[in-house]
Amino acid sequence: MTRFSAFSLFAKALGGHQSWPELWPDAQPKAEYDAIIVGAGGHGLGAAYYLAKKYGITKVAVIEKGWLGGGNTGRNTTIVRSNYLYDESAHLYDHAVKLWDGLSQDLNFNVMYSKRGVMMLAHNVHDVQSFQRHIHANRLNGVDNEWLTAEQAKEYCPPLDINPNARYPVMGAALQRRGGTARHDSVAWGYARAAAALGVDIIQNCAVTAIRRGPDGAIEGVETERGFIKSKKVGVSAAGNSSVIMQMAGLDFPLESYPLQALVSEPVKPVFPCVVMSNTVHAYISQSDKGELVIGAGTDQYVSYSQRGALHIVEHTLAAICEIFPLFRRMRMLRNWGGIVDVTPDRSPILGKTPVPGLYVNCGWGTGGFKATPGAGDLLAYTMAKDEPHWINAPFNLDRFRNGRLIDEAAAAAVAH
Amino acid sequence: MILIHCPYCDDTRPELEFAYAGEAHIARPLDPSALSDADWERYLFIRANPKGRHNERWRHVHGCGRFFNAVRDTVTDKFELTYKAGEPRK
Repeated sequence: MTRFSAFSLFAKALGGHQSWPELWPDAQPKAEYDAIIVGAGGHGLGAAYYLAKKYGITKVAVIEKGWLGGGNTGRNTTIVRSNYLYDESAHLYDHAVKLWDGLSQDLNFNVMYSKRGVMMLAHNVHDVQSFQRHIHANRLNGVDNEWLTAEQAKEYCPPLDINPNARYPVMGAALQRRGGTARHDSVAWGYARAAAALGVDIIQNCAVTAIRRGPDGAIEGVETERGFIKSKKVGVSAAGNSSVIMQMAGLDFPLESYPLQALVSEPVKPVFPCVVMSNTVHAYISQSDKGELVIGAGTDQYVSYSQRGALHIVEHTLAAICEIFPLFRRMRMLRNWGGIVDVTPDRSPILGKTPVPGLYVNCGWGTGGFKATPGAGDLLAYTMAKDEPHWINAPFNLDRFRNGRLIDEAAAAAVAH
Repeated sequence: MILIHCPYCDDTRPELEFAYAGEAHIARPLDPSALSDADWERYLFIRANPKGRHNERWRHVHGCGRFFNAVRDTVTDKFELTYKAGEPRK
């Protein structure tokens, strides 16, 4: 692997940038691997990378039905934060935020992680009380989060309208300064390149069609469009398609898949300095380095695998954006798209072992999986390497839906996230 | 936006008039205290979430207000048919 550096950039520039090597080879499946990851999104590629780097398991294949990073990794609004209410969630998401720091150096690939701050707006007394509770809970868990008055919020984000006569006036905001954005494609590419350099095979356009289990029930391997691939360990990181894959192993999961939409505006000069979220009016907005406003809409109400959504969902979000940021009323939107998110009943992920020996799962991230990419990859790798969950992901087991130990972030945030 | 046929109004109306109400034909247990933890889990949390034909409930909120069932393909989002609540699974 050619190491990227200022020197290599300079040297290649002299050659007219004609001799850059490919980032990773197009691998063909081998007959057997020590571990297989199903799904080459950020989470799956991250798991493969950490399996190879931290646990020395390099005979790993990442199998992807489409193209690498083409699912929710390439369809989200790139927001990174860890200001979750419950202890378990704070530990889980902050583990990821800590890994975001230094990820570009670790991968030798610029993932453009920008700690520009995530500000969550409070529009009513309930929001104010709920966010202040979040702030105190976060700080007890060592997660930064602070309260801003409406004036301070306006100072942090000048486009914000804090007129007290607004339909949903801004009464204050919770700000996580370590939160921000990262370049989603770069995350997938960076992990893929670094994992491939350690010997991981990345096999695209190769859907898994069945999961083979032995007489004792344990995993023997996966059937794919390019034949059977043997492995005693299979980790599933397939987002919206997780229920479909788990059913191949005979497991029914507490998941439902919904389309989640996002859209971007025409690119404009830097106008928006941070990430702003409003749960009450339901709007997420930030500006990419390319200049587009990146806007997150809600999920459609029905289960679907269509990777598109209805226009009225987008319209609803844009109405909210225009209300909070009146200066964007004349902006034109460039494109919108949908991704399929797998939602659990408590809106917390399932990350750990399954009842099938050798089968591991990382799913249920719902509408907020991107922020957890490095953490989820790291913890899935740990769980697969040790055949037991790390203490951080141990509470996010499948059993919680049976024993009732839910991690109810749905109730905590009163919004899908 | 999709168009949905309400079997009570016998009219095809835009999705905005309807509210989705989850998977259909999930019966509340008749004797809840006799249920095992695994059965409770199945009743409360486990959903079919199929890629393809899905039996689901809808409610004509901004119309007759009644619940009915539908069969929809979750890949194309096309409705195959809708039928009244209480009728057997189709």
